[in-house]
Amino acid sequence: MSNLVIDRLSMRFDLPNGTAVQALKDVSIDLKQGELLSVLGPSGCGKTTLLNIAAGFLAPTDGTISLGGKRVTGPGAERGMVFQQGALFEWMSVRENVGFGPRMKGMPKAEKAGIVDHLLDVVGLGDFKEKAVYELSGGMQQRVALARCLANDPEVILMDEPLGALDALTREKMQGLVLKLWKETGKTIILITHSVEEALLLGERLLVMAPRPGRIHKEYRLPFAEMGVGQDLREVKKHPDFAKTREEILGMIWDMEEEIMGRQEGA
Amino acid sequence: MELIRDLAGELAAVLGTVASAIPFILGYILLILLTLAIWKAIRKFLRPRHDYGSLKTVTFGDESAVTSNFAASVISIVLIFVLWGAFTGSRLLPGFLHVPGAFLGEGSFTYTAQAPDGSTDDATVDVVVFTFGDVVELPEVEPGDGFAKNDVMEVASYRSELVRVDSNDEITREDGATVIAVNGTPVSAEGEGVDVGFGIVTMTPRGTLNVTPAKGWQMEPIWLPSPEAVLARLSEISQVGFRNSTLAEHLGYSLFRVIVGFLLGAIVGIPLGYAMGLSDWFRGWFDPIVEFMRPVPPLALIPLVIIWAGIGEVGKIILLFLAALWIMAIAARSGVSGVRISKVHAAYSLGASKWQIMRYVIIPNSLPDIFTGARVAMGVCWGTVVAAELVAAEKGAGMMIMVASKFQSTDIVIMGIILIGVIGFGIDMLMRWAERILVPWKGKG
Repeated sequence: MSNLVIDRLSMRFDLPNGTAVQALKDVSIDLKQGELLSVLGPSGCGKTTLLNIAAGFLAPTDGTISLGGKRVTGPGAERGMVFQQGALFEWMSVRENVGFGPRMKGMPKAEKAGIVDHLLDVVGLGDFKEKAVYELSGGMQQRVALARCLANDPEVILMDEPLGALDALTREKMQGLVLKLWKETGKTIILITHSVEEALLLGERLLVMAPRPGRIHKEYRLPFAEMGVGQDLREVKKHPDFAKTREEILGMIWDMEEEIMGRQEGA
Repeated sequence: MELIRDLAGELAAVLGTVASAIPFILGYILLILLTLAIWKAIRKFLRPRHDYGSLKTVTFGDESAVTSNFAASVISIVLIFVLWGAFTGSRLLPGFLHVPGAFLGEGSFTYTAQAPDGSTDDATVDVVVFTFGDVVELPEVEPGDGFAKNDVMEVASYRSELVRVDSNDEITREDGATVIAVNGTPVSAEGEGVDVGFGIVTMTPRGTLNVTPAKGWQMEPIWLPSPEAVLARLSEISQVGFRNSTLAEHLGYSLFRVIVGFLLGAIVGIPLGYAMGLSDWFRGWFDPIVEFMRPVPPLALIPLVIIWAGIGEVGKIILLFLAALWIMAIAARSGVSGVRISKVHAAYSLGASKWQIMRYVIIPNSLPDIFTGARVAMGVCWGTVVAAELVAAEKGAGMMIMVASKFQSTDIVIMGIILIGVIGFGIDMLMRWAERILVPWKGKG
């Protein structure tokens, strides 16, 4: 079993003006294989920094991240990444984008084509294989990004606000797709979002982070992701606990925002 | 201070010239508006358009509603050739479109001579105005009666000719006779000339008459040849050649220099730009050099290149290489710097190595910028090669028009300028076409 273990992670760096920023302080998470974790927090709470460290794009100043006992020191194919947008290669067709990871590994063509065709069918883009990615809508582009990530068969998928740029209707559809892919593939997923609803729907576990320094404020274990696999997400949202948890978290974040504003006014 | 005064004087001269052009500019604008009105009137009778744009009520200020009107482009170009033909008396145009030309043929005026005793006598001067270079046969004229005798003279159009009308008279200037009137109008050295219908007759301080036939509005071929003359020269030069080389050789040499110089510049400049975009050491090393060399116009390097490399092909190609080098280096640098970090991160997360990132992400991502740079570089190279050939060359489009200008072969100069423009335009079109085919993702990231 490849558990993702984040152990007392701290991140502190100097600014050009001489001050230092404590982006993360003593963040510890133990994520079991197949768990779906959503991370929520006001801007500046270090959630994207956390994800970038997990992906291996940044080195922490203290603490470690390891996947399956192996320490993370740089980017690697076992940790796939889905970005908000603009991370597709527009000089490649949809098929080439999805086949990028296998191609880098030198996988035989036939095998690669099988994976690509299968994944494009899974994300519902079977008819768009030869299109250029810039001909697709924003939602379709994110489907390609998901398929591209899955084609590499990573152990962990890191998602940095993957649905943030989509319109509300497309977003809802895509949330269903993410849940479906999670259940079908059994991947460990960390999803960063600033939408409370999305965090509730797409989080078996939900971390609320607090800013300055970036730290874990509260952790939830939620039933909604499991519920959402089988039924309409709109039904899940009608669940009384859903509304209650949403209000609780919203209040929490509002308090944090107010505290930041107050501190800025005082300064 | 003297400099400022000099510059102010020059400025006044320039503004004076500009002011004299204002009526022509206004006339041209009037023509544009006139054709617009005509076009609008005609369009009412054409099939009305029913596309989305035609339903817009706000078009003034809507950038998307303003597209190039094809009819206007056609009329504009046709008008240029019509004006050209009208002012050169082109045979390609019907005669009524010509502006009044210079007077040609026979005219005459009478002068009144006064003898010292106060008696006067009239005599006629027949004037034959001919095209310069033609052979003229002067008609015989009767001397007439009285002491002033009739004269006959020839004068080339666009020129003027002195005529001593008294030389064959019975009482000449030496005897004390003077010319006091032309066509009955008093004439003197101080006064203005007399309009005799086909031209102007003035008097010199010594009492000689000077006949200047009317020049009309048309341009002399030596200043502006007619379109058909330029066309004839084109066919002549493309068959016979100019200065021991055919037209194709002249143009071919210019193109050869541009292509070789540009390719060398790209071969060196693109890797240089990549190095500057990928390594801070290379960026720091070459930034001062590139940033200094970029604003130096390539033309300013011509003297140095001639000193170092002579006027042969090597010198020209070095010059064009330098013209293209900095442009291509900067284009490649910005192409590399412009890659979205999420694309690079995504590629790393998908297991790509550094080399694979280079091959599959950075190079394709920089191609649109490199193509834009290549278009600019080709344009600059084409301009530079022509200028370099103006200075010194044995073959080339620039050399052709420079040598032609020394012999006042204005037709060759105009033909050369048109060919240079057409080729420059063709190069740009070709680059745009290649861009569309090779980097269709440009601006779509």
